[in-house]
Amino acid sequence: MTGRMIQRIAPDALAQLSAGRSTVLVSGTNGKSTTTAMIVAALGGAVATNTTGANMPGGVIEAYSRSRARVAVMEVDELYVPAIGASTLPEIFVALNLSRDQMDRMHEVGSVARRWSGYLDGSEVHVIANATDPNIVAAVGTRSATWVDPGWAWRQDSVVCPRCTEVLMWESARWSCVCGLRQPVADYTVEGDVVHTLHGGSLRLELSLPGAVNLGNAAFAIAVAQRRGVDSDLAARRISAIDDVEGRYGTIQVGGRTARTLLAKNPAGWASLLPMLADDDVLIVSINADEVDGLDTSWLWDVPFEELAGRTVGAHGVHRSDVALRLEVAGALPVVDADIHRLAGRLPQGPCVIAATYGSFETLRGRR
Amino acid sequence: MTNRLTIAHVFPALLGTYGDAGNVSVLRYRAEVRGIRVSIVDVLPGDPVPATADLYVIGGGEDAQEMRATELLRADSGLSMAVHRGAPVLAVCAGMQILGEWFTDGSDSRVAGLGLLDLRTDRRSVRAVGDVIADTTGVLDLPTLIGFENHRGATSLGADARPLARVLHGIGNGAAEPVEGALQGSVIGTYLHGPVLALNPALADYLLTQVVGDLAPMDDVRAEEFRANRFQRARA
Repeated sequence: MTGRMIQRIAPDALAQLSAGRSTVLVSGTNGKSTTTAMIVAALGGAVATNTTGANMPGGVIEAYSRSRARVAVMEVDELYVPAIGASTLPEIFVALNLSRDQMDRMHEVGSVARRWSGYLDGSEVHVIANATDPNIVAAVGTRSATWVDPGWAWRQDSVVCPRCTEVLMWESARWSCVCGLRQPVADYTVEGDVVHTLHGGSLRLELSLPGAVNLGNAAFAIAVAQRRGVDSDLAARRISAIDDVEGRYGTIQVGGRTARTLLAKNPAGWASLLPMLADDDVLIVSINADEVDGLDTSWLWDVPFEELAGRTVGAHGVHRSDVALRLEVAGALPVVDADIHRLAGRLPQGPCVIAATYGSFETLRGRR
Repeated sequence: MTNRLTIAHVFPALLGTYGDAGNVSVLRYRAEVRGIRVSIVDVLPGDPVPATADLYVIGGGEDAQEMRATELLRADSGLSMAVHRGAPVLAVCAGMQILGEWFTDGSDSRVAGLGLLDLRTDRRSVRAVGDVIADTTGVLDLPTLIGFENHRGATSLGADARPLARVLHGIGNGAAEPVEGALQGSVIGTYLHGPVLALNPALADYLLTQVVGDLAPMDDVRAEEFRANRFQRARA
């Protein structure tokens, strides 16, 4: 039975199904699915989780209904944090980051942060949160929390203080405001591939997943594992073994060549992806803009595609013409094709990387 | 015709949430293709707005950022001086509201704007989100405008401001008349994102022409494909 059907029969299904279990909720603009998978791995044993990225109430209900595990780790769409939090009474809430995404659905970063703040004010949940993200820190407020410095920060949505709107001051990578809101001292800090943990411990991570952003996600997972009494070395080994999350870091065959796939659906996601590209990588940007991706593609102009100037880049997806103009203005050389196989065949030699929005990604993986 | 152009990008750090920085990228690109050398001044919050730039671009942003930008601009004479000497200005969404007489904030109190556009903005009960198609016939006589709106403003124009376009699809200014944007002297206001100058290269060229004079034609195949794709969706 699907989660929506269950919800129709029993409106309080989520509260009933989650009762008596220890629940960890994971939310944020970027890294929800990967961090959720890392937490599931780090905890070990039987865990109820929504592995298909179905992170609205229907998907969460369905995930609970399919497992009797005493522990649940669920990723939650940013807008549904209050509703799902109120029903599941989680033990831990992981607050990853908040930045511009799907502006036609989410509207504004500040309003999402205020919704979270309202939920947290009336909740007993323990929060494990990103100390470098002012919107997250403002949402958490004065309650005690476990703070994580994931080693990187997207600053374009944190220019002014989310509490008083004064311009934030950044000094040696730490932010503060004249109103008193400031970056909390982190309990977990990522430096290179080392995670400094509670009580002066440190762990060197050898992740199978690429990118600095995943070292940050791993730090959140280790923090959850330690909170739940799992040895941090064991948690780190389990996290390091993950080499794919729902195909997001997998490969597909296109036009007779093997292409790595990556999900990138907003400027912050892209900003963390572009530095992962090697000089000889051949990139295809695949953008759909249906309801799961948001209808407005203006955000493509907030992605620093200028870093690809002079390179030949494929443009694919329903909004390939949006991508092509953006790339051309950025100084890249777009090759446009509606057919991914033909497009791959028209691009230069080299390792192929396809970066796609969610809808486009699912189409390429043959799931939609 | 001059071959140099300085664009002041006013507070992109505050008013750049909706990809409107792309308007500056497009202006630079279209000028450079015509052999014009472009310098861009990104005005940071706290820095003065230069009074001597050739062209000014202001984008949209969230409520808190809009309030901060308004405060900073009201304490700075750079933009007003530029408008009084006739420098072209493109102000998008929150940028247009700030240039008006007043707008209402999240708690329904009126916030004084810069008074450079004869318009006033109340708050809509329902957010206007979606594709907009609008016709500039009799105003700028440009090819039909298209863009994406995402705002809660209900903007009414006074006698000194003319509507930029008549709305054919979507909401636009969202007050009584089905019109989009505002034109007053050298200042253009609009609710359209997309970015508006990426989707409407003729509007970009109109702004450039105000500064550098007639422009050579250029290959617009990619922009035309982008427009066609968006018109197809809007009319579906």
